[in-house]
Amino acid sequence: MGFFLETLFGGLMVGMLYSLIAIGFVLIYKASGVFNFAQGAMVLFAALAMARFAEWFPLWFGFQSLLLANILAFIAAMAVMIVVAWLIERLALSKLVNQEGITLLMATLGIAYFLDGVGQTIFGNDIYKIDVGMPKEPLMVLESTFPGGLLLSQEDLAAAAVSAALVVVLAIFFQKTATGRALRAVADDHQAAQSIGIPLSRIWVIVWSVAGFSALVAGIIWGSKLGVQFSLSLVALKALPVVILGGLTSIPGAIIGGLLIGVGEKLSEIYLGPMLGGGIEIWFAYVLALVFLLVRPQGLFGEKIIDRV
Amino acid sequence: MFYRENGQFKSSYRADQQIFPIAQDRIAILVLLLVAFVVVPMGVSDYWMRAILTPFLILSLAALGLNILVGYCGQISLGTGAFMAVGAYAAYNFQVRIDGMPLIASLLLGGLCATVIGVLFGIPSLRIKGLYLAVATLAAQFFTDWAFLRIQWFTNNSSSGSVSVAGLNVFGVPIESPVQKYLFCLIFVVVFALLAKNLVRSAIGREWMAMRDMDVAAAVIGIRPVYAKLTAFAVSSFIVGVAGALWGFIHLGAWEPAAFSIDRSFQLLFMVIIGGLGSIMGSFFGAAFIVLLPLFLNQLPGWLGFSISTALASHLETMIFGALIVFFLIVEPHGLARLWSTAKEKLRLWPFPH
Repeated sequence: MGFFLETLFGGLMVGMLYSLIAIGFVLIYKASGVFNFAQGAMVLFAALAMARFAEWFPLWFGFQSLLLANILAFIAAMAVMIVVAWLIERLALSKLVNQEGITLLMATLGIAYFLDGVGQTIFGNDIYKIDVGMPKEPLMVLESTFPGGLLLSQEDLAAAAVSAALVVVLAIFFQKTATGRALRAVADDHQAAQSIGIPLSRIWVIVWSVAGFSALVAGIIWGSKLGVQFSLSLVALKALPVVILGGLTSIPGAIIGGLLIGVGEKLSEIYLGPMLGGGIEIWFAYVLALVFLLVRPQGLFGEKIIDRV
Repeated sequence: MFYRENGQFKSSYRADQQIFPIAQDRIAILVLLLVAFVVVPMGVSDYWMRAILTPFLILSLAALGLNILVGYCGQISLGTGAFMAVGAYAAYNFQVRIDGMPLIASLLLGGLCATVIGVLFGIPSLRIKGLYLAVATLAAQFFTDWAFLRIQWFTNNSSSGSVSVAGLNVFGVPIESPVQKYLFCLIFVVVFALLAKNLVRSAIGREWMAMRDMDVAAAVIGIRPVYAKLTAFAVSSFIVGVAGALWGFIHLGAWEPAAFSIDRSFQLLFMVIIGGLGSIMGSFFGAAFIVLLPLFLNQLPGWLGFSISTALASHLETMIFGALIVFFLIVEPHGLARLWSTAKEKLRLWPFPH
């Protein structure tokens, strides 16, 4: 029982991180109808920027404090992501308005490749570490209830807390601020939003910046767990089935989908894996999402797809 | 001035509906085939034959298959590498498990296995489309990656998933030297390109295109979505499967699942986009472009007189690929094939454009 709960919690923590990346997808899809394949590349890019800036700033400006370096690096990385968002809007999206979803999807694939290349050219392609001072040693809880207790990673707990905080911030931003209202208006109807004077291009830059922000947070958390390297952009491939499962337009869907997939993946690996030869984590999420799509094509919380001629 | 069709009259529907209605095009294609079959094997170095022309031919074949699915039927697929892998490993199994299996038969049977898997993973396309389908086809990719690595039966009990073939021959003729391999692939490509061209011109091809342009409207006028989509998946994955088998058998000789990874799927998708969605010719352009671009990028710094590290070169390559994808989607969504046909249109009017 204790082992099962440990696996379950492990799955929930990983799932939380998946949802963090998935939220980036959902944000952009909601506000512009673009399925952003470049989210993974953005996570890698943001994490690379963060890791390298935190390393470079103390050298450039000659100070020692890790905290100060991290704060400055975070601000600088965020600035870089805003520039990236602006460039993407300027150079690619604004020229592809009114194209089909597939065209936009392929454009974001191109953007993903481009960002991967640029990121590694500027920041290098080794494994870098991000040290934001997350506690590393595991935590023992409920020793009296279970024999051996439950082993929880403090790092995972901190990550989950940060993710939860991010979701709350995003929810407030979307529901309470004027910009958030404009974003929701654009998401509902581009033309109507434009006609009452909401500037589309600025909204898109904001959305991509927010997606960049969530990519940065996801990148920092994953990066401090696993180190920043190229495989980070592949983590986003894990977030795709999450979005599909939860529904492309729903932030709660992204969160619940992430948790479901995280838990499903870990439990299936432990309990089904040995029967099938192990390593089924690779495809489990996809097959789960695929089976789910056959039953409910719009995902858990997605809007119903209605075809009209 | 020479590329003009006046004086070429057609007096039957057959003549009017040929693949190349203009005589100059027919001559050009014949010359091209002659060059490919006769001049190239005589005049090209073994390195070019082995490292550039053969991969180019096989990848064009795979791009052709993918183009039928994405370009003609509008079903986006990110799982091409998976279907190539199925073709390659299935053909390998036929080859090693059945004594005296002819090479061509095992390649085609490999293609048939890919067809079955393709249709299986195509079934979701009946319920979902576009973005959702793209993710669904990724499932195929990850599943086959895993299956060929972990399920020992597929690889004849090799622990790492790597297999090798040797002593290939067709009707007693060995397929060993680069020239023989090249010619073998060339024959496959020519036959399949002709088949594909005729398929997309036929009734089924028009059904695919109707499905791509607007599926609901197509269904309303009596096209069966199930039939149209699944045949597109079947034909596409058959061609892709054969290409995969050729890639493994002829080009690599020994391979592991990584040869058909998700990068291969993306690479093929890029070929189709850059070459031209919905164009047979475009598949060849795209393949040529993607095969030659890295070579060109590797040579370029040398020509300009400075050297860059291999890491930087590969990053630059990724960057340029990415930028080109976006560039093509913005400037010419129909790819190089459209540029080619525009050039031909212009040439027909030249020197009096109006």
